[in-house]
Amino acid sequence: MRQFASLLVICLLFPFNQAGAADRTHEYKLDNGLKLIVAEDHRAPVAVVQVWYRVGSSFEYDGITGVSHALEHMMFKGTEKIPSGKFSEIVSAQGGEENAFTSTDYTAYFQTWSADNVGLSFKLEADRMRNLVLSEAEFKNEIRVVLEERRLRTDDNPRALLGETARSIAYQTSPYRQPVIGWAADLQGMEIDDLRTWYSRWYAPNNATVVVVGDVVPGQVFALAKKHFGPLSSQSPKAPKNRPEVEQQGTKTVTVTSNKTRVPQLYMGYKVPVLNNALAQNSQYKEWEIYALDVLSGTLDGGPSARLPRELVREAKIAASVGADYSGASRLASLFSFSAAPSAEHTLEELKTAIIAQIERLKKEPPTVAELERIKTQVVADRIFQRDSMFYQGLIIGTLDSVGLDWRLNDKYVEKISAVTPEQVQAVAVKYLVPERLTIAKLLPRAGE
Amino acid sequence: MKHYLTTIIFCVSLCLSLAVHATPEIQHWVTDNGARVYFVEAPEIPILDVRFVFDAGSSRDGLETGLAQLTSSLLGEGAGEFDANVFKEMVADTGAMFSTGALRDMAWISLRSLADKKYLAPALALMESVLSKPRFDDDTVQRRKANTLVRIKQEKQSPSAIASKAFYKALYDKHPYAAEMSGTEASVTALSRDNIVSFHRKYYVAKNATIAIVGAVTTEQAKKIATQLSKGIAAGKPAPPLPAVGSLAAASSEHVEFPSIQSHIKIGQPGIKRGDPDYFPLLVGNHVLGGGGLVSILFDEIRDKRGLSYSVNSHFTPMAELGPFTASLQTDNSQVEEAISVLREQISKFVSDGPTPQALEAAKQNLIGGFPLRIASNSKILEYLGMIGFYRLPLDYLTTFPDHVAEVTADDVRTAFQRRLNPEKMVLVVVGRADTKDE
Repeated sequence: MRQFASLLVICLLFPFNQAGAADRTHEYKLDNGLKLIVAEDHRAPVAVVQVWYRVGSSFEYDGITGVSHALEHMMFKGTEKIPSGKFSEIVSAQGGEENAFTSTDYTAYFQTWSADNVGLSFKLEADRMRNLVLSEAEFKNEIRVVLEERRLRTDDNPRALLGETARSIAYQTSPYRQPVIGWAADLQGMEIDDLRTWYSRWYAPNNATVVVVGDVVPGQVFALAKKHFGPLSSQSPKAPKNRPEVEQQGTKTVTVTSNKTRVPQLYMGYKVPVLNNALAQNSQYKEWEIYALDVLSGTLDGGPSARLPRELVREAKIAASVGADYSGASRLASLFSFSAAPSAEHTLEELKTAIIAQIERLKKEPPTVAELERIKTQVVADRIFQRDSMFYQGLIIGTLDSVGLDWRLNDKYVEKISAVTPEQVQAVAVKYLVPERLTIAKLLPRAGE
Repeated sequence: MKHYLTTIIFCVSLCLSLAVHATPEIQHWVTDNGARVYFVEAPEIPILDVRFVFDAGSSRDGLETGLAQLTSSLLGEGAGEFDANVFKEMVADTGAMFSTGALRDMAWISLRSLADKKYLAPALALMESVLSKPRFDDDTVQRRKANTLVRIKQEKQSPSAIASKAFYKALYDKHPYAAEMSGTEASVTALSRDNIVSFHRKYYVAKNATIAIVGAVTTEQAKKIATQLSKGIAAGKPAPPLPAVGSLAAASSEHVEFPSIQSHIKIGQPGIKRGDPDYFPLLVGNHVLGGGGLVSILFDEIRDKRGLSYSVNSHFTPMAELGPFTASLQTDNSQVEEAISVLREQISKFVSDGPTPQALEAAKQNLIGGFPLRIASNSKILEYLGMIGFYRLPLDYLTTFPDHVAEVTADDVRTAFQRRLNPEKMVLVVVGRADTKDE
């Protein structure tokens, strides 16, 4: 039981007398390995409690894809003490909002309600952390719900199907090739024992972090955590199987045709490292490269004034919509991606050429100082806008922690982004946005329909 | 469960008292040219939100379907001496977030800025020019029209968008609410710059505007900001009331063929207006029926018991005129009949029987206990201010919300549902493949 030094003083390049999150955020650890992070926000008498498990679809392997997400559904189906449906009834009767979400790297559960209910959250969450019943009858019904969810999100949504296909092609060995919701055949063949094995392996205090944001006193929250989670037994730690992505040898291209599609859609993804890769011992990647990739993404698509919307949508009018996406906060190496729809007068091919031309231009000439300054201003503002949502504050802390990073990075983010030079942005474009790292996926209407 | 029960009772009374303390104090005044301002001071975070809400939604389109949304989309595309590119760069330089939008009743222009004067002053100046000097450059109009046409095509890829359009059409027939907000390919193609300019001149005027302000400024500063932003807008006139929504003559049922695996099902009727005396009984009752997130009759019957749908819910959408009551779900094409029959049966049963005392109590506890969550951030308070102003709800709407919920009885719910919904005259829309069973 150690209380970490919580009042870190970090000197930021803020134009305001703005307290960093670290001033209001406290981290604790229980003897059984459970981590607790508490952020104070006293604007309203409410709090959000989020329980993050370090397990998600990237921990899965062939045959059981989707098991993390299916288990997330089953977590609402009761324990010996709290029968199925009761959990949600209790939360609802107290005015609470609750839900859960699963990603490649984590599974998280939350309740938002009166700050007086943090102890009740802990009591309920501690109970389902170790005592889930996982009844076969409940599962047989719930897996049908999950299949409907898959149809809704992916099978009937051509653009989502394009993304799923693109990732399954881009990654050859990385588990990021699997969809979070799982392949339909795996869901159809899934058995309750798959969930039981998964639950007993990953749902334990030493594989979880509890994040609380709200009108609370950190020391009191710590005492409640000790009371409710303290008695839980930990699990012998197991790392997920390590299967890094093999080195790509050339551009991959895939075409998806759909009889639902009327507007073509383009997806392009370049394999890039993330912060975890750069911070690993003896890494071939530099930490600044990750932040430079972030600024690169901002240069291309950091709001309506950025290059892609300006030049491709407003000026050349080749794209009806276009965006770039990159996040350095994931467990494994990831993709720097582009998603775009052509305007009526232009083809996917022209759109692809235009996006690549933008990339090539950044390789030849670095972004301007004004562009970088603009990105920095937006990052500074976003950091303050974040504070309007307790849930979002918790989401940032929980995500960073769950993928194996220090949540205090959020406070250093402005500083790191500010330190990126135009030449560094140019350098990561030259190094990473190359044909050997690229996957192109096209969505087209099916001929004859 | 006895143990939890005591906790519940204890807490609800506590939340109630907290809610009263935490309810934001709304200040209200009218600018010289007639815009109605609603302000809540929120000093905790150094940010400011300003939203202008105009009675300029799609229901004002007339024959020019899509005009309100096209006009709204052009408002961030340059103003005063700045074209779209320069304008967007200047906004980015302030770190502010600027957005516009339009639904059936309202159109809005929103700004979120840092409260620091260094950033706020230029952000407000840009907002001021958007409000008083939008440009509507010809080539920008053409580009937004072309992109709208792409979006209309994209909506035809989405069974949920198709279902929503067919549903409104079936509910509202010749009423303005029936029209497609984004317009049709023909109507958008025909829109001209003149249409946009005259729509803007008529509806984006002070007497047709509500200004909502939330953030780290004093009342005095808020007054200056409201004056600064509105002074360049013509006083104009409030938009005339919309026509009343006619009642449905008979039940209807429409199938739209679409090559999806799932069918999207919507069932409903015209429901209620904002400020309607039946609002609270219907809110509480619908919470029991299908509004309560993971706890409701529809969630239990459709999802938990039968596994028919991932998402199932019902809601009343109060609008200026009778907004819809909608119950919706999505299910594999082969299960459509079963799902519709369960949905119909549960709605009918609820209309005839009303809620059980336990379910009513649980719904009230959720709405009352959850009240502080509804106003727990600046952006949520801003939403409420815009709504209170636009629909001219009483200034004590938030303060009295928990009391209004607490007063609702099972009898109120049952009689209100019976007054407002007739299960024999429901509109049904199904989008999906009808022939799945034969395959």
